Amino acid sequence: MTRKLLRINMTELKATYQDLPEKWAKWGGRGLTSSIVYDEVDPTCHPLGPNNKLVIAPGWVSGTPAAPSSGRVSFGGKSPLTGTIKESNAGGLSSQKIAKLGIGAIVIEGTPKDGGWYKIIINKDGVKFEDASDLLGKGMVEVDKICWEKYPNKPAVIGIGPVGEMKLSNAGISNNDPENNPGRYAGRGGLGAVMGARGVKVIVVDDKGGPGVEIADMETFKKGRKKLTAAIMEHDLTKKNGGLNAYGTDVLMNIINEAGGLPTRNFSAGQFEGAANISGEMIAERVEERHAGKTGHACHPGCIIQCSNIYPDANGKVMVSPIEYETAFALGSNCGIDDLDFVGLMTQECNDLGLDTIEAGNTIAIAMDGGLLEFGDKEGALALFGEIRNATPLGRILGQGVEATAKAFGVYRVPTVKGQSMPAYEPRAIKGIGFTYATSTMGADHTSGYTIAPEIAGVGGKVDPLSDKGKADLSLTFQAATAFIDSSGYCLFIAFPILDIAEGWAGMAETVAGVMGMEITGDDVLEIGKEILKKERLFNEAAGFTNLDDRLPEFMRYEELPPHNVVWDTSDEELDKVYAWVH
Amino acid sequence: MNIEVRVFATLRRYLPELGIGEAKVMHIDPGTTFDELRNRLGLPPQEAKIIMCNNVHVEPDEAIHEGDRIAFIPPIAGG
Repeated sequence: MTRKLLRINMTELKATYQDLPEKWAKWGGRGLTSSIVYDEVDPTCHPLGPNNKLVIAPGWVSGTPAAPSSGRVSFGGKSPLTGTIKESNAGGLSSQKIAKLGIGAIVIEGTPKDGGWYKIIINKDGVKFEDASDLLGKGMVEVDKICWEKYPNKPAVIGIGPVGEMKLSNAGISNNDPENNPGRYAGRGGLGAVMGARGVKVIVVDDKGGPGVEIADMETFKKGRKKLTAAIMEHDLTKKNGGLNAYGTDVLMNIINEAGGLPTRNFSAGQFEGAANISGEMIAERVEERHAGKTGHACHPGCIIQCSNIYPDANGKVMVSPIEYETAFALGSNCGIDDLDFVGLMTQECNDLGLDTIEAGNTIAIAMDGGLLEFGDKEGALALFGEIRNATPLGRILGQGVEATAKAFGVYRVPTVKGQSMPAYEPRAIKGIGFTYATSTMGADHTSGYTIAPEIAGVGGKVDPLSDKGKADLSLTFQAATAFIDSSGYCLFIAFPILDIAEGWAGMAETVAGVMGMEITGDDVLEIGKEILKKERLFNEAAGFTNLDDRLPEFMRYEELPPHNVVWDTSDEELDKVYAWVH
Repeated sequence: MNIEVRVFATLRRYLPELGIGEAKVMHIDPGTTFDELRNRLGLPPQEAKIIMCNNVHVEPDEAIHEGDRIAFIPPIAGG
């Protein structure tokens, strides 16, 4: 059975299924979204105009039986935040359910003639369009709840909050998790605004009775699955009660702080005196003290790493799920806020309103730098979400993200590349990640080439974070491997064990080969990843981007970052080596 | 000589008296190496894999100096 391409035309309110065309048949996840966007979206189009599309694709192995940690879905389009191609990757329920309906990709195009808002309901019988007026203005907490009450079989709910309805550049797309919390976001790059521009408030996916995912070669698939599962369960980082399982991603807070690379007070320092109070260890302590919430939470069915969490309030009620390291840095250290409960409250505002937490926190930090409020003013920071919810002029500026807010408040210290603000690693103190931020096809993005693994964690090798030697090659290798993993449906965190355990790397490739019937081994992973990167790079070039856009912000070249007191001193020629192979 | 030691994540169970991020102030003999200190604290080398001193990575056989801020870290990554 060939995977289907589901094309949803919002102008005609019509859905058509076809076999996934030959030119896209080998791709899944990011490889598929980027291929479709590359082939079908005019790189010069306005991201919110009628010619942009939203593409959704589960990864290759998503929806297969017991492929470990494989519930990741890709969202693609032209980004309103960066103007580049965008792939934003998320967990939650959606990936496996879309895949189990036999769908390889969903392409949403056109704009409703009546200017209305719609729900798209997808199940084994096809697609239905319903009026979404009743959901307008509602946050994702309520939207998820209503959808589970109204539709059977605990469906996947893919939706946008009020920020997506306003079509602001920091709008993410929510995917509900197994507890129906709206915390699994395709957050980066403003694709929620692209969904809003198509007139879609929510997509509900019920896979009951679907055909499931066909596996071309079950023996190869099973062989690979066994190796990959063993590697994940064996590695210190991903095993049961290992660092990620016990503390979540926020285990990094104290470590990156210790390395002097924790962005603090709008990227003006690399250490935060309050880091311990917003760390993964503190999340675990609160869960224990308050006898509520959870660490070791799975963001999607079948995850065996389980690094997510449910954070409780002081009364033992669920406050938010999850608090990730990126969130705790952006809304915490980068705003000078060391109160985990406030970080949690602001995270829940983001999840409800439909904001990317990284961009939202960095935006508040810019507003603080610009004098709107003081660094550390947690009540003031929390109140800013009310401005966004009420769609005030200030709220609309904040909802546009870091660059728009920096202009509004006259701030020159703007930690962005290609319009997207930096995640939780200071590139002046951890040079390799600076190469990734600068050159990624996505704008500043840590996940697109996570050199932190060898630079800080000693995973996949060991290199000096303060040196730029060999970092162009390192970043490219990680970017290529990531493009492959983002296409697979596997969580990117499987990279940690398989970088150290060769059998796991081979096993990953074998599972993909087994599902797709492709003749690939672990040796092919990087070349396949580079094929994807090349398409993304060429799209960006056609959109007007050049090497001059592959640069870190100017202030990092002359403002010394304590405690190492270093600047970004890598030459432009070194940066340009990362993508020199494209032409 | 006096030094400061911190342990993070899963390693905290070996020094349960310390709060999160809290430093243990210790007196050690000049010439002590990071490996020797790790043994003295009862930290398993395969778990206390990463050692930082004054915010930079160091090797286990290097010598500790007066006033050093030392951190022992298990394998971690994520984000």
